[in-house]
This record gives sequence, structure tokens and C-alpha cells, in this order.
Amino acid sequence: MSSASSPLTSDLTALIACPQCDAIYRVRDLDHTVEARCTRCHTELIAPRLKAGMVIIMLSLTTLILVFGALWFPFLEITRAGLSNSATLIDAALAFSSGPLMFLSLAVLAMIVLIPLARVLLTLYVLVPVVFDRPPRSRAAQAFRLSEDLRPWSMAEIFAIGCAVSLVKVADLARIEFGPAFWMFSAVVIIILIQDSYLCRWSVWASLEPENEPKNEQER
Amino acid sequence: MSGPYDMVTARDMGLVACRRCARVWQMDQEVCGRCGAALASRDHTSLSRVWAWLVMGISFYIPANIYPMLSTTVLLRSTEDTIIGGAIELIHHDSVGIAIIILVASVLIPVAKFVAIAYLALSIRRSSDLSAQSRHRLYELVEYIGRWSMIDVFVVAILSSLVQLNVAASINPGVASLSFALSVIFTMLSAQAFDSRMIWDNIKSAKQNRDTAETIAS
Ligand SMILES: [Zn+2]
Ligand SMILES: [Zn+2]
Repeated sequence: MSSASSPLTSDLTALIACPQCDAIYRVRDLDHTVEARCTRCHTELIAPRLKAGMVIIMLSLTTLILVFGALWFPFLEITRAGLSNSATLIDAALAFSSGPLMFLSLAVLAMIVLIPLARVLLTLYVLVPVVFDRPPRSRAAQAFRLSEDLRPWSMAEIFAIGCAVSLVKVADLARIEFGPAFWMFSAVVIIILIQDSYLCRWSVWASLEPENEPKNEQER
Repeated sequence: MSGPYDMVTARDMGLVACRRCARVWQMDQEVCGRCGAALASRDHTSLSRVWAWLVMGISFYIPANIYPMLSTTVLLRSTEDTIIGGAIELIHHDSVGIAIIILVASVLIPVAKFVAIAYLALSIRRSSDLSAQSRHRLYELVEYIGRWSMIDVFVVAILSSLVQLNVAASINPGVASLSFALSVIFTMLSAQAFDSRMIWDNIKSAKQNRDTAETIAS
């Protein structure tokens, strides 16, 4: 990988600029079959993985099913002195129901359920036509940009660790057990992490290039 | 002059790069033709937005530490716990590990983040002892780790929804949970507003200064 020192500015599609430090590379200097990172700030530029598109679609569909399961079944159960209570994921999100804390309920609901779900749907909307060699949807670029903007606000994995912390925090107050929804939710967390590491953002954007035919081998 | 970190940038070539999709355009283009993101070679409003969000983040962090995060009622006896009070309580109950997790996630990380963002923003205007690579790594760390501070808010949400056993035991959220969540959100927005390309902009002049200094020293 080398810095583009004598560029052909007429063909800007052949250039790729590091979004983090502005260093510029020529795409044909970068090997499409291996991971390419910026040489000075190590930001990932290209992350090709064979048949990743199909894998990501399968994982997205699995996530959809699991999320609805996780919403339906009890999430955590508690017992103390014969009294018991169970909470679903929605109960946990809506725990802040009084007055100004309402805002927090909405934010938590968004961070642990709505945003992860929205990103799955947006990913399907963008990738399905690309993977099946159809022309991209008319709003695919907006959809993928939104999905990328939402990425830091999807906090399912942090919530899962929060469950473990809660368990220990009330250990001497009461006994907590994980319900089936907890295991489904944990599976969703792991799938989302795999999916994010599998997605080559550069390949997706290249396939959404307006006047160009999708021409990269990764998504097929 | 051709060290590994003196690279040709989009700006050097009279081009503007899209930070969302890495596509390159002529300098006068304003919106990315591929993904629709707004283009700016260097975001000059970046630093003022970084400072504005950071001030908001810090000012919500203060009430988050004064007011109770949650109140626990066991057999009609009610106690209210602040972030630090809750951690001390955990240490008394021999859960030192969890107390450390809470203290790191709710005190150490937020404070370190305020300091790191302020340092990065200041280092753009004046010279810095840290190299561009180290500062870039610091920025990535701040971006990656900031979200994890939300863990305390989630714990409050889980406990308040679950521990509702009439008189036997109940846990309810306190107002600090809201200001803590807002502090985390504003600090994340502050880090996102930072244009990391500016870290690399003055390394050429900095490197020249260092070369001169080395020549003088030898
Ligand atoms: Zn870079
Ligand atoms: Zn773009």
C-alpha cells in the first residue's frame, strides 16, 4: 500500500481517503483481497471477507427472530422470602416512568432495542439487492449512512454486561435467575458484534456508487 | 521529509474527503455525491462544538454525583445511594470486584474522558508533547470507551424494574440517573464533534522543529 503521490485527479473514484486522518491512497494500490489499513493512523480502510454479504443477511434475519423472542419471554426473575417477580426487557427499559425520568426510559428503550433493531432492518434494506445482483434501492445510501450514524448509540452489549453487574449487586438482597429472554438477548449481542466486524464498509459504499455498476467481488 | 507519517492528504491535493464513506471530491463540492454527507476539508466549527458539548457533559456530571442514583427499600427501611456511596456499600459487602467496576465505569472513565477531550482540543491550537499517533490512539480510546459509562444507568434500570417485591424489597431510580445519562450522552457528542484530521495537520511543521532541535543537539 502506498501513498498516491502522482494522482490522476480526473478519476476520483480510484482514490480513498482515510476518514480519520485525511491520508490518501489509490485503490488499485490496495489489495482487494486483504485487509487494508491506513499506514499512519491504522484506521481500517478495506476489510474484504469472502461471501460476507450472504453471511450478514443470514445473521440479520437470525437477529430479528431472536429480538422478538427476547422481548416476549421473561428476562430476569427474582425471588426473596417466597415473593417473586419477573421483568421483561421492556420492563427494564421502562423502569424510569415517573416525571422527568420518562426521557431516560425512551433513551434506554432506544439504545437496547430500537436502535439495534433499526440497524438490522437498514442493513437488510441496503445489502439484499447488492448481494442478489439487483440495482441498489433508491434510498440505500441514506439508509446505510443512518445505520452508520446510529452505530455508537446501539448499546445492547453494554446492557448485557449491566445484567451481570446487577446480579452481583443484589446477591445478598435476593436471588436472581436469568430467563430465556436473557440468553436470546446475549445471542443477539454476539451476532451484532460478529456482523459489525464482518461488514466491509468500503465495499458497500463502492457498490452504491451512483453511475457505476457494483463491481466488487466481496458482496456476491 | 519523507518519513512514514508525512503522507499526502486529500487537502494537499486540493480535494475534500467524505468522512462517512471515504470518497474523494473536488474541493468546491459541498455534499458527498455518493452517501449524501456534508463535506468539509477541515471542520472549523468542530472545536467550538467539542467545547460546548464538553461543558454540558461536565455540568451534568456534577449533580449526577451529588444526588442519589437509586433508593433501596427493605422492610420499610429506605436508603438512598449516590454513585460513590453505592460503591462503598459494595466494598462493605465484600463485593470489591463489582465496586471497582462501578468506580472505573462511573468515576474514572468519565473524568479521564473530560481531561482527554480537553487535552486533544487544546493540542490542536498549541504544540503537544505527545506525537500525532499517540494523540490519535487517545482519541480512538475515548470514542471506544465512552459508551461504556452507560452501564451504571442500565444497572439502575434493571434493578428498578426487577426488585419490586412489595414491602420485602424494592428499588427505585433516583434523579442522578438522568443527569448521569445526559452527561454520558453529551460527552459522546463532544468526542464525535472532534475532527481527528486536525491532529495530523501540523505534524509536518512539528517534525521540522524536532529535526532542527536534533541538529542543534548534535
Ligand atoms: Zn489514517
Ligand atoms: Zn460520502
